[in-house]
Amino acid sequence: MMSPFDYAMPEIFLLAAVCVVLLLDIFLTRDLREVTYLAAQASLLATAGVVYTHAFTGNERLVGLGRHYVIDELGGVLKISILLLTMVVFVYARKFLRDQSMWRGEFFVLSLTAVLGMMIMISGYNLLVLYLGLELLALSMYALVAMRRDDGRATEAAMKYFVLGAIASGLLLYGLSMLYGLTGELSIRQIHEYLLGVPDSGANLPLLFTLVFLVAAVAFKFGAMPFHMWLPDVYHGAPTIVTLFLGSVPKIAAFALLMRLLAEGMAPLASGWSQLFLVLGLLSVAGGNLVAIAQTSFKRMLAYSTIAHMGFILLGAMTATHAGYSAAMFYVLVYALTAAGAFGVLVVMGREGFEADSLDDLKGLNERNPWLAFIMLLLLFSMAGIPPTVGFYAKLAVIKAVVDANLVWAAVIMVVMSVAGAYYYLRAIKMMYFDKPEPAPGSGGISVNAETGLDCQIVISLNGVLMLVLGVFPGLLMGVCSMALQASSL
Amino acid sequence: MLDWSILSFLIWLPILGGAGVLLAGERNVTRQLALAVTVLTFLVSLLLYTHYDLARPGLQFGEQLAWIDAFGIRINYALAADGIAIPLIILNCFITILVIIAGWEVIQYRPAQYMAAFLIMEGLVNGVFAAQDAILFYIFFEGMLIPMFLIIGIWGGPNRVYATIKFFLYTFLGSVFLLVSLIYLYQQSGSFALQDLYRMHDIDMHAQLLIFLSFLFAFGVKIPMWPVHTWLPDAHVEAPTGGSVILAAITLKVGGYAFLRFLLPIVGDMAAEYAWLIVLLSLWTIVYIGFVALVQADMKKLIAYSSIAHMAFVTLGFFLVFLIQRLLPGTASNGAIMALQGGMMQMVSHGFVSGAMFLCIGVLYDRMHTREISAYGGVASRMPWFAAFFVLFSMANAGLPGTSGFVGEFMVILASAKANIWIAVVAALTLILGAAYSLWLVRRLLFGEVRTDAVNQLQDLNRREFLVLSLLAAAVLWLGIWPRPLTDLMEPSLHQLMEQVMLTDVSINELGN
Repeated sequence: MMSPFDYAMPEIFLLAAVCVVLLLDIFLTRDLREVTYLAAQASLLATAGVVYTHAFTGNERLVGLGRHYVIDELGGVLKISILLLTMVVFVYARKFLRDQSMWRGEFFVLSLTAVLGMMIMISGYNLLVLYLGLELLALSMYALVAMRRDDGRATEAAMKYFVLGAIASGLLLYGLSMLYGLTGELSIRQIHEYLLGVPDSGANLPLLFTLVFLVAAVAFKFGAMPFHMWLPDVYHGAPTIVTLFLGSVPKIAAFALLMRLLAEGMAPLASGWSQLFLVLGLLSVAGGNLVAIAQTSFKRMLAYSTIAHMGFILLGAMTATHAGYSAAMFYVLVYALTAAGAFGVLVVMGREGFEADSLDDLKGLNERNPWLAFIMLLLLFSMAGIPPTVGFYAKLAVIKAVVDANLVWAAVIMVVMSVAGAYYYLRAIKMMYFDKPEPAPGSGGISVNAETGLDCQIVISLNGVLMLVLGVFPGLLMGVCSMALQASSL
Repeated sequence: MLDWSILSFLIWLPILGGAGVLLAGERNVTRQLALAVTVLTFLVSLLLYTHYDLARPGLQFGEQLAWIDAFGIRINYALAADGIAIPLIILNCFITILVIIAGWEVIQYRPAQYMAAFLIMEGLVNGVFAAQDAILFYIFFEGMLIPMFLIIGIWGGPNRVYATIKFFLYTFLGSVFLLVSLIYLYQQSGSFALQDLYRMHDIDMHAQLLIFLSFLFAFGVKIPMWPVHTWLPDAHVEAPTGGSVILAAITLKVGGYAFLRFLLPIVGDMAAEYAWLIVLLSLWTIVYIGFVALVQADMKKLIAYSSIAHMAFVTLGFFLVFLIQRLLPGTASNGAIMALQGGMMQMVSHGFVSGAMFLCIGVLYDRMHTREISAYGGVASRMPWFAAFFVLFSMANAGLPGTSGFVGEFMVILASAKANIWIAVVAALTLILGAAYSLWLVRRLLFGEVRTDAVNQLQDLNRREFLVLSLLAAAVLWLGIWPRPLTDLMEPSLHQLMEQVMLTDVSINELGN
């Protein structure tokens, strides 16, 4: 027999851990900040353990806490992915924050609350709970982006992020309130059942009106075109470690929001939102890839490439089939892993007082550190979708789902835009392999290897090699995605 | 037959060997290790020839493992080889040895990465030739781009970045359409296995046309055909010698091989319908590119263009089949088989000849550091051994009887006479054009006065270069004089291919009834 609070046990556990870390940090001197770091890592690991014991109970799915909360394998897989990825982020953070003299506990505490928000988003089974999770995530993120208070660019990015994020939240809240007004329900399942009873729901004007707001809010969270304006500036302005966090982990939570709110709750209206996603997805794939070509900053380039990747995810979800959702989930997990690695290389390349940012910083990396260059090569080819890296299977699965939906023309646009995208990945590889290293003005070049800790080295190596290993054996992760969604009958 | 996974061995030994070479790093053993791996691979690849059972034509040495089964996508790790694939696999293993030897002391910048790239390339190409699952094929087909991209980009000439990015994007653009077509076929048939795709006889005509076009584009870029050939001169010229050799001798063959494995048997209908178009394009390529080759001032570019003209013979032979078959319906005619065989012979021969030509140019380039033809002249008086080899390979390039270049071209021309005498006449122009640009190159490079001091100080071939070139010379002469072992190996498989093609091709069947 489960007590009501068992449903939210991982979240409750993490909340308690966050409070402990926060209190602990207050009493630590600067020299002992290492303890904060270790405590944060430990709470993530322990939370992952709690998720593991709670989510995989063998039952189909459990809805509890007054129908506010759901436990299922989908949530379990996504939460564990988020927790493990955040641990990876923290490993890089330790090096980065030290190098940039930002070695403060706030980063860890804010990141942990963001993770808490994401977990609530994943398990929320009620419109308001979903919204709360989203806001908790967003507020932590605003603060993280603004963490470097004295940096003009970071402040500007945070401001932009905050204003645009507030608009998105407003859109979502407006959509949710209309949905509540129309259906009289807040629970996802209840809404689903109500919509099933609406005759000809695909032509119901108020419902479609509501849908537009919800889709716009979800697209904003993904950063899909044309709701992408915040993304390049925030990626560029934020400290690299925050970009690393922001660019990888929350995408998984955004996918969960998409699954819970639209794929499950609004399933009867799938014909409506899938058309919107088709347009948004194709716009993102085309626009993201083309604009990325023009970028000189590596972070900005990755920001636009993110937009293109999000387009693929939306297109996979657009098909509203099990295969499409699985493909999108596989894609988002692979993407998060790849993005974490790519930004991780940037972090590893940085050193005290110097942040690697422009594409030129990659020049001659093969000369200075062949192993790091090789890892970056794998990550970039994976993003470009070239086999035998795992990115290929992610794209293959999505394209297959799109072809199965009889949208061969859309598939053709997607693959042609992937070729355009390959250009800027190749250009980055060209910088690393074909160009000679160029000493940065006045700094004597980027030191690599010397002061990078062993933990960073191991994590980045694992990350890169995973691209290849998952590329040779992608079946395992694909199977996990498929099974998790099946258990939630999506 | 062998009861161990020989094809997997041929794929993974070089790839793992390449990883080993990378780990060994920049030491002296690196080169020896790379050489040992390639020699071992080559020796094992010979077992394919000796153990292939000619009495049972078709695929042998089969391996099958369920690899991916998720999201409704089933991909098998399915390998097998027949008389069409085996010569190309052996060719690949042979040429890679030469490339490793040729780069022995020439490559001083990061030799471990250089050797590893070629080893990985070798494994991937073997995978392309052995794959029996469309997606597995695609993975090897695309994966090949990565090492070649790096080879051209890292060790190439001054304009290497432009050339390698153009090469990558061009071929990538071609192959993504192939991917969409394969996924569409999978949606229709529920399988990526090539044998299942061959059995699809009821593909919607409109879709078949699009699939045909996508295949044509994907493989046409690779082989390459006019007008999608423009990446090739750039890539060949900028690549280091070894890269040019592999590009010309091996990767172009992948395009030709894919025509036989995919386009002809899967969309035979459309291939028959548009065979005239491809034949015309091939003839145009033979003549036009022949003239283009004539005016090149850069010797590497000249050979690159001559490669395009020679590969046009391959497409000519492959698509002539439909013209011949329409005139002589019923069973697979001798003419059709001869056209296919001619195309295959041309591929193998071109592998040796173009490889040899690029290696010869590499020999000169290493000494003089220029590829301008006008910078040379009178080389024969300083490098007599080199001159002897170069004349031999140029003759083979021009299609002189007794060399391997003659056999394939002759078979294709003979077969085209059965379809239409005018095709044969135009195709035969290549013998004149080929002789013109090859012999003119020989004259300008080797003979005449020694005009510059640099030429005067040239050293003849060293032992390493002599070994490489004499191995190739032996191969060229052997195929020219005694091609029987090769034709015997290919013929049953080509017969089988013809039967598959005729099954999918409705128009020929109707004529036959």
